[in-house]
Amino acid sequence: MPNQLIQVQNLCKTYFSEGVETRALCGATFEIEKGEFISIMGPSGSGKSTLMQILGFLDRPTEGKYFFEGSDTFSFDDDALAKVRNKKIGFVFQSFNLLSRTSVFENVELPLLYDEKIGKNNKKKVMDALISVGMEHRANYFSNQLSGGEKQRVAIARALVNDPEIIFADEPTGNLDSKSGLQVMKILQKLNDSGRTVILVTHETYTAEHAKRIIYVKDGSIVADDPVRRRRIADSESELLK
Amino acid sequence: MAAKLRSFLTILGIIIGIASVIVVMAIGGSAQKLILNQVSGVGSNLVGVLPGASDEKGPPASAMGIIVTTLKFTDLKALTEKRNVPNLVDIVAYVTGSATVKSKNGSYQTSYQGVTASLLNVEDIKLKSGRFFIKEEDTNMARVAVLGSNRAKDLFPNEDPVGKTINLKDLSFTIIGVLSERGSVGFSNTDDMIYVPLFSGQKLLLGIDYVNFMRIKIDFKDNIDRAVIDVKKTLREKHRIKNDASDDFSVRSSAQAIETLTTVTNVLKYFLVAVAAISLVVGGVGIMNIMLISVHQRVREVGLRKAVGAKNGHIISQFLIESVFVTVIGGIFGIIFGTLVAFLVAVIIKNLGYDWEFIITLSAIVLATSVSVFIGLVFGIYPAIKASRISPMEALRYE
Repeated sequence: MPNQLIQVQNLCKTYFSEGVETRALCGATFEIEKGEFISIMGPSGSGKSTLMQILGFLDRPTEGKYFFEGSDTFSFDDDALAKVRNKKIGFVFQSFNLLSRTSVFENVELPLLYDEKIGKNNKKKVMDALISVGMEHRANYFSNQLSGGEKQRVAIARALVNDPEIIFADEPTGNLDSKSGLQVMKILQKLNDSGRTVILVTHETYTAEHAKRIIYVKDGSIVADDPVRRRRIADSESELLK
Repeated sequence: MAAKLRSFLTILGIIIGIASVIVVMAIGGSAQKLILNQVSGVGSNLVGVLPGASDEKGPPASAMGIIVTTLKFTDLKALTEKRNVPNLVDIVAYVTGSATVKSKNGSYQTSYQGVTASLLNVEDIKLKSGRFFIKEEDTNMARVAVLGSNRAKDLFPNEDPVGKTINLKDLSFTIIGVLSERGSVGFSNTDDMIYVPLFSGQKLLLGIDYVNFMRIKIDFKDNIDRAVIDVKKTLREKHRIKNDASDDFSVRSSAQAIETLTTVTNVLKYFLVAVAAISLVVGGVGIMNIMLISVHQRVREVGLRKAVGAKNGHIISQFLIESVFVTVIGGIFGIIFGTLVAFLVAVIIKNLGYDWEFIITLSAIVLATSVSVFIGLVFGIYPAIKASRISPMEALRYE
């Protein structure tokens, strides 16, 4: 399977806190191919965030297997995981997580600074990423001078700058008004159209339906995994009205 | 604003610590210079001979007030012979006592020294008026005296003392000369002294037949070590000391004395620096505190950095650089502040009449800077490691 990006088998995560055992996720088994646009959907506390954290190498599963690009990630140490996050994955967060009192340019440059190779083309990479989200005119602004929608577009540029395999977006429209939210979804769809894998985590059906496939999570288990029949395309004005 | 005040108070700990190290180093250095100047003021190509044995490092018994009578005037004669100590230029022998001196203007308790006529040549002392006594007056036990400049002022406030008489131990001495001012040199103050011929001092005033001390002037500084060996050999032969028996005298060069004093004053100086450095530890604890607060406030930032690919090492070095930056800033201000204080102290002491130099050495600045870097590293490492343990999942939290 040359196109296979992620394969998980029977993935479980149990948290131990002060002697109390909490099972956040269990038995997740699925595959994701390159170029997919997937929504992980579920109510809060369902385990969808746990699933994303494991898939995004922010956390480790307590049971089960996770193959990324064909290799078993069980043996990866902290530094290896950091390297995968740096090279293969871009994160977009609900609360943007830009460094305040830092310029837009420097925020986008951040992942490049943690790359082992000292890139000569950092400036071009950062500007290309900013152009792709339409934020190049704000490169010298401080991040706290931007509106919410602009902040999220800068955050997407930061996720893109290292040319990752997958973009993880955790409730990317959660803190935005509908117009800015639409703009963000449009950018994510555009990225997917150009061949990048996008994994979206959301609790809204409306947002989830911009993806091509939806994985439903409830009470720590995957309850459904279906293709989207009537996919929403985030470019028409009519969508705004809904 | 509160955070700024807190950071400033934290840095203040480092500023005070570094400043006190600088002040102590500067004042210690100046005091050391003052002491060493006094010793080397006697002349650096001099060799002293004391009665009684001593080990090389400690002081000889005679310096501790114990009377040792092994050194005689005949030893001086032997040392003067060219074949014994070829590098000898001149030599002077001393006996020391104290007595009441009277002039028509009053009486004082004073120290006096019986010396050979060569004193001026060996110690490089100048005459202000009159003359010094000559060899014949020495051997004849002449009752003549030469006054130090302060003593002359005390005994004869408004007139030239030359030609007047004074009473020492109820014996009258005629004053034949006054020495020019010299200041305090070594451990005796020439200006307060009364000098009489060696034999007059020995026989008339003290009633002894030994000498307390001899000082030899050597032709060149480089020949001192050889001269010391020659002096020892001559005196051992003269005193008939057998091969394995130890000396009954001690020979010291002024270079050696300077070396010993330097060691002693260095120990004192660094002891004081160590005491001052304790305040730096207190400052360091403050740095650790502020860094822990900073780590706590920046959990999300660290989480984000790790989410975009920062390794634990990246986070550790980021926080270490910050703590070192803070301590180095504190160090720079501490150096400036400490230098100002040391300068003020120097001005005050100079005005009190001491020959005090304002000394800030490069080594003090290098030491202060490296200590502040060191404090930043030592007290920054724990918060930095704590920061590196923050999970990248923290980036996903939102308020």
